[in-house]
Amino acid sequence: MHKEAAIREPLILGHKTYHDITEDVCKPIEDKAPRMWYVLFSIALIIGLYGVGCILYLLGTGVGVWGLNKTVGWAWDITNFVWWVGIGHAGTLISAVLLLFRQKWRMAINRSAEAMTIFAVFMAGLFPLIHMGRLWLGYWVLPIPNQFGSLWVNFNSPLLWDVFAISTYLSVSLVFWYIGLIPDFATIRDRAKKPISKKMYSIMSFGWSGRAKHWNRFELVSLVLAGLATPLVFSVHSIVSFDFATSVIPGWHTTIFPPYFVAGAVFSGFAMVQTLLLVMRKAMHLENYIHTKHVEYMNIVIMVTGSIVGTAYITELFVSWYSGVEYESYAFINRATGPYWWAYASMMTCNVVSPQLMWFRRLRRSLIFTFIISIVVNIGMWFERYVIIVTSIHRDYLPSSWSMHYPSHIDIGVYVGTIGLFFVFFLLFARYFPVLALNEIKTILKSSGEYYKNLPDDHHHGDDHGHVVEEVKAEAAPVVEETVAPETETPEADSTEEPKSEDNSDEESDTEEKDETND
Amino acid sequence: MADKVFYAMYDDDDVLKDGAKKLVSKGVKVTEVFSPFPIHGIDPIIGIKNTRLGIMAFIYGLTGLTLATIGMRYFMIEDWPMNVGGKPNFSYLDNILAFIPITFEFTVLCAAHGMAITYFLRNKTLPGMPAQNPDPRTTDDRFVMELRVSENSKFSAEELEKMIKETGIVELDQKSL
Repeated sequence: MHKEAAIREPLILGHKTYHDITEDVCKPIEDKAPRMWYVLFSIALIIGLYGVGCILYLLGTGVGVWGLNKTVGWAWDITNFVWWVGIGHAGTLISAVLLLFRQKWRMAINRSAEAMTIFAVFMAGLFPLIHMGRLWLGYWVLPIPNQFGSLWVNFNSPLLWDVFAISTYLSVSLVFWYIGLIPDFATIRDRAKKPISKKMYSIMSFGWSGRAKHWNRFELVSLVLAGLATPLVFSVHSIVSFDFATSVIPGWHTTIFPPYFVAGAVFSGFAMVQTLLLVMRKAMHLENYIHTKHVEYMNIVIMVTGSIVGTAYITELFVSWYSGVEYESYAFINRATGPYWWAYASMMTCNVVSPQLMWFRRLRRSLIFTFIISIVVNIGMWFERYVIIVTSIHRDYLPSSWSMHYPSHIDIGVYVGTIGLFFVFFLLFARYFPVLALNEIKTILKSSGEYYKNLPDDHHHGDDHGHVVEEVKAEAAPVVEETVAPETETPEADSTEEPKSEDNSDEESDTEEKDETND
Repeated sequence: MADKVFYAMYDDDDVLKDGAKKLVSKGVKVTEVFSPFPIHGIDPIIGIKNTRLGIMAFIYGLTGLTLATIGMRYFMIEDWPMNVGGKPNFSYLDNILAFIPITFEFTVLCAAHGMAITYFLRNKTLPGMPAQNPDPRTTDDRFVMELRVSENSKFSAEELEKMIKETGIVELDQKSL
């Protein structure tokens, strides 16, 4: 077994056994949903349906219902698209890049971050589709001859690159996510008692049995998919940035866009993960698995990517002056001091100033502060895209066509609607899917679990560990001081209840009985 | 011939691994191990070869690369050379820069999905397949080793049972096929 340095904070708090992990993750799925879930789900559904209504109205009437005009021909639609794609970057980053770096803390968050990614990319994909106006002709973006004659789609165009990038990203993330879910579905299947859920989970688990050879393949497939997804995740937002960077509009035509967009995407994606997980860990009682250390790690990522984004903003400003191009400098002066100065100022505050507060250890370990910053960051990132897109085009070369952009209520409805739909998907996921990669968490239990880390070195795992618990408890001064206080109490309570007998099969039947009575 | 299968159940992955090591060193063949998560280091002990899916992924990736190159050469150079801003597409090499993003995406698409499909087919895990783990607890916190009498002709069933019992099991199941 791989030993981990004692100085590292444990990733799983308390005295958890393999069975406890299964229980903790499966309980929320097997129990009745709390009332709060229904409340949130109804709110999200109503907002989502309103958005669907706006989309239907848009499709029936035409893209003219948006607040676009001759000068600002691209505004909220593309802003929302880039915003959602950006949010969708954290999941794959967490599951793929951190897997390649063997970061164990990712295991507590990768499942829900990937789910968030997939739902965010769904929302992103919606915008180019409805922008077509005639949604039912969406398949024309595929490489088929135009009008089935011999004129093909334009492979030189970044918009077509986007089609390939987004669809590859969505489908590969989906497959990556699902392959990881299969063993966890099998766990739920083997616990399910009601016939319908048993049937559903056995279909979804594809008959997974956990054979040694299958696990061998599973690990390799995860590793290779991570290796493929890592360049993919960087390519996707680079290609999204090409939508602007390959144009000749001052303010868009910059080579810094790909790295700057990728950093911004990771920045906003991690912020969204924080927003969702801070609520989810509380609601589903997963504080032992997603604790302050995980939040701190993610805050460090937010801080680093936020600093990259801030550097990019300042570089852009500098280069616009240094280039000596009159139009280029004007675009940036207008951005900061023109009629959209308030959007620029909010972007600067939210994206450059707020992540710098994470240098303070107290702040980045504070859950409330993190929650607020995570929302601030996503507001800032929305404004970033709005600033880049609208301020660059609202004053073109001919002053007579200078204009402003005012969103129509359909613009707002479609955007808010996608947020509602996103939460509908995410709440369904939290209700029916294992929100932690429980089979992966079990692999790190012995190396990163609090109980196992505090065991004396000469202890052999093969023995019954009931009797060591007490002495360990005495010296196991919790390494984490600031983590959720009530949880550090639980292991003690557990250890007193635990049967002291040498025979483990007794323990088993005990838990089985408990299960039945719970039903 | 009637075959007898032993399902030895453990409650710890390290105990199972030590047990497997002990049994294998005595010349016992361990047919299969069922576990709730990958037990690192069990594969060489029970004689499971490393998977070759990685090679397949590479081949699928090369296929995607070739298809994308051939396709874009045909669409953009041969069939309908597009003239954008007075810069016509005369040869593939002159225009290759514009084709790199899609070539890359398509390579990844084919490699990832090709490997995923192969993985499902090789595992025989497909929607609606019946689960084959001998005990529902093997997806929770129990680890099961499967041994067959027919594959261990050197030992009698009783000898085998005795050896298994020495490895720290928590339960032993037998099944006659």
